[in-house]
Amino acid sequence: MEFEAVIGLEVHAQLKTRSKIFCGCSTAFGAPPNTHVCPVCLGMPGVLPVLNKKAVDFAIMTSIATNCTVARESRFARKNYFYPDLPKNFQISMYELPLSEHGWLEIETAAGKKRVGITRIHMEEDAGKLVHDEFAPVSRVDLNRTGTPLMEIVSEPDMRTPEEAGAYLRKLHAILRYLDVCDGNMEEGSFRCDANVSIRPRGQEAFGTRAELKNMNSFKNVEKALAFEIARQTAVIEDGGRVVQETRLWDANAMKTLPMRGKEEAHDYRYFPEPDLLPLVVFPQWEEELKARLPELPDARKARFTSQYGLSDYDAGVLTSERELADFFEAVMASCKGEPKQAANWVTGALMGLLNARGLSISESPVSALALAALLTLLDSGVISGKIAKTVFEEMAETGKAPDVIVKEKGLVQVSDASVIEKAVEEVLAENPAEVTGYRGGKTKLMGFFVGAVMKKTRGKANPGLVNELLKKRLDA
Amino acid sequence: MELFRLTVSEAADLLSRREISSRELTLAALSRIEAVEPKVGAFITLCREEALAAADAADKALAKGGAAPLCGIPLSVKDVLCTKGVRTTCGSKILESFFPPYDATVVSRLKDAGAVIIGKNNMDEFAMGSSTENSAFHPTRNPWDPCRIPGGSSGGSAAAVAADMGLCSLGSDTGGSIRQPASHCGVVGLKPSYGRVSRYGLVAYASSLDQVGPITKSVRDAAILMNAIAGHDPKDSTSMPKSAPDFTEALRGELSGMTLGLPKEYMEAEGLAPDVALLMEKAVKTLSELGASCVPVSLPHTGYAVAAYYLIAPAEASSNLARYDGVKYGFRAENPNDLAEMYKNTRSAGFGPEVRRRILLGTYALSAGYYDAYYGKASQVRTLIMRDFARVFASCDAVISPVSPTPAFLIGEKCADPLTMYLSDIFTVPANLAGIPGISVPCGFSADGLPVGLQIMADHFKEETLLTVAHAFEAAAGVSGKKPQL
Ligand SMILES: [Zn+2]
Repeated sequence: MEFEAVIGLEVHAQLKTRSKIFCGCSTAFGAPPNTHVCPVCLGMPGVLPVLNKKAVDFAIMTSIATNCTVARESRFARKNYFYPDLPKNFQISMYELPLSEHGWLEIETAAGKKRVGITRIHMEEDAGKLVHDEFAPVSRVDLNRTGTPLMEIVSEPDMRTPEEAGAYLRKLHAILRYLDVCDGNMEEGSFRCDANVSIRPRGQEAFGTRAELKNMNSFKNVEKALAFEIARQTAVIEDGGRVVQETRLWDANAMKTLPMRGKEEAHDYRYFPEPDLLPLVVFPQWEEELKARLPELPDARKARFTSQYGLSDYDAGVLTSERELADFFEAVMASCKGEPKQAANWVTGALMGLLNARGLSISESPVSALALAALLTLLDSGVISGKIAKTVFEEMAETGKAPDVIVKEKGLVQVSDASVIEKAVEEVLAENPAEVTGYRGGKTKLMGFFVGAVMKKTRGKANPGLVNELLKKRLDA
Repeated sequence: MELFRLTVSEAADLLSRREISSRELTLAALSRIEAVEPKVGAFITLCREEALAAADAADKALAKGGAAPLCGIPLSVKDVLCTKGVRTTCGSKILESFFPPYDATVVSRLKDAGAVIIGKNNMDEFAMGSSTENSAFHPTRNPWDPCRIPGGSSGGSAAAVAADMGLCSLGSDTGGSIRQPASHCGVVGLKPSYGRVSRYGLVAYASSLDQVGPITKSVRDAAILMNAIAGHDPKDSTSMPKSAPDFTEALRGELSGMTLGLPKEYMEAEGLAPDVALLMEKAVKTLSELGASCVPVSLPHTGYAVAAYYLIAPAEASSNLARYDGVKYGFRAENPNDLAEMYKNTRSAGFGPEVRRRILLGTYALSAGYYDAYYGKASQVRTLIMRDFARVFASCDAVISPVSPTPAFLIGEKCADPLTMYLSDIFTVPANLAGIPGISVPCGFSADGLPVGLQIMADHFKEETLLTVAHAFEAAAGVSGKKPQL
């Protein structure tokens, strides 16, 4: 029997506000434990939450960008459960009336384009962190993260393959980064993903029993965990077994999912409307103002890159997959006169190769957009050849020096003086009489050999076009 | 002159004319406490040193002139209000050693006005109770009869004011906790409209019902206190975003032309003591003589109010009190084997029986499968009660009723039967459910010489109407000024 997977994703994204969702404490990461706290986020007696408007702005922007309908009135609710990282022993979240609903994202995979539905987006506060002592039977509580604004984005179970899940996550991630509402750091946990996955015989309408997967801290891990889990569930069913509903953790070292240890209790969160906050009313004008301020989003930017710069769908897709990368490309284009296609090749090729090799993000690039633009200008105006440009680029990455400085220091200016090249051509022909005879006898493939020899003689600086031209002229004469 | 007997307005007058100093007045209040507190038990914590320092600061401000009416006035606050650096227990063992690092907004407003806080009043644990017998520390006795309860949960506040230990006090009212003890102790107690006074720093019992309000010796004093504490607070999202009026202006108002509604459901309520009914009749007569027309009205859903209240309040409480877990502050049970045991032992030993009862009740009411039948239904009843009042206020300026079906009962009388105790809240919980203001003003004494209060309720944010009616009634009834023998 052939099976298909049914995948739904829940993303928790930390909103990039400077202060927490219900108090004025800083949301900065990495401070000493319990230094970004106040009576409100410590859950002291008698304190009250006050909603951070910026956080609502961000969540509304996300809702608009993901085609969700923003509710005119939503409501915060208390989710009650006891845990030491939750000072009030309830989390202020949203339940019956979320901020927005019924959205979708378009994803593209090898199988083509597809819409993935978004069930709802709601806002809530993050919990703190427990630090378990390695040597003593005690746990310590760090409440710096408590009250960091979170947005939970729940997808419909619309994805059928790990690849689709990966595409959805990357798209959502890109949108949040474009909106600049989340820093999207999966390692630090500012963008977290849980996955629900089940399998069913292809053609069957009803869902199978699902497993909830947690602990995946990269897109790749989400895809791997889903692939593993789909294979596991398929094997269980093919062996005549039954999939049990459970939470499973992805073990990235063992490359498998394992059931979460300990007995899973069926939680009753006893949700009820948060009496300390008024219903959240989003007037159409508020939404309109935010809509007007929305930046260009990935899909629109990709379309513009193909029309404005004449880039291929593929190049435009790669360049707009991250806001910073697209910004980088446009910064290059703004200050060089070269061909967009060439600039795109340099960014997606040499630059991204360099960044990948060094494990850097585009914002950490050792070669700035301006420096790359200067290099491309040198190339475009014929000062250096393409081959030399590669050498200069490597040097730029190594030393951080400007391309014109490197060209000058190393004497790499391209030789376009015909008399100099002619001299080299003459020498090469004189040194290789047999090849000259061969060429003239019809072995025209030897042209490459002559070009190489001339380039070697000029230490790579000769203008390749001119070399070709002059060789042809001499040999075909 | 016995300075401790003064009302706030009388004392403010003498202070501003520099005939007395705040230090003298504060010392008088403190020595009154020394003399009668052992018989009453109205305080959990006294702040003698802080009070004298505040009094000296007030005297300096008074010397400069132009000080606020509360400047230099010694008063107390219910121990449900956070006071920076001063122990705030909420009447509970679980907060026995809690020293808040912040002031409640109402406390900082009192301090800004130059008031002198002399101590923290006893109360039913977490404001859950109608008798102050649920304090983890000691019961408070009614100054009019030490065998009787002072009412609750702001029993310490009402008893302190009745016994002249401090010139006035702040209480909190979730289902009658200001008005009922004020009635039982023969003082004035005002529960403002929900949203009129900031709840920031008021330790939450039931967030959608709680309000802070004054307990005073006169209606004028209640207006003076309201001037200091009312108004928007950006720290409380449920506080009304508009500035409060000068409440003392309302004291000039007259009753002629006013229509006062007498809800028949209240007057026909089971368990209404004949003495109380008689005093109500007298009150109606007095108000009519003052020019008001008193008309019968109907609040048909009154009978469901207590049931709705005892679902909504415990439900919110079960969540509000979840934070007392021994992890961060307050009491923690020793040597637990694991986390669950720490929670269990801490909360079992830290909370008293009434608090545990209400947490269980509320947890149950919010549980999956029961939510709609209990919390959901109670919320619907709440809406119906609001509509009852809205209908009545379309034709009436205010509603008058008893505060409590009986005068103060005996200590221990209702301890074994919480349900009877709950039912005594029947006249006060509707105002909390509807979010409207209510005041208790002394209207006479029972045959046993126990004080009985008259309740006046008005529409949302119409505290001025309450004050106008209460003030005129107070002057005509001529019962305030009578003091308990201590
Ligand atoms: Zn904080």
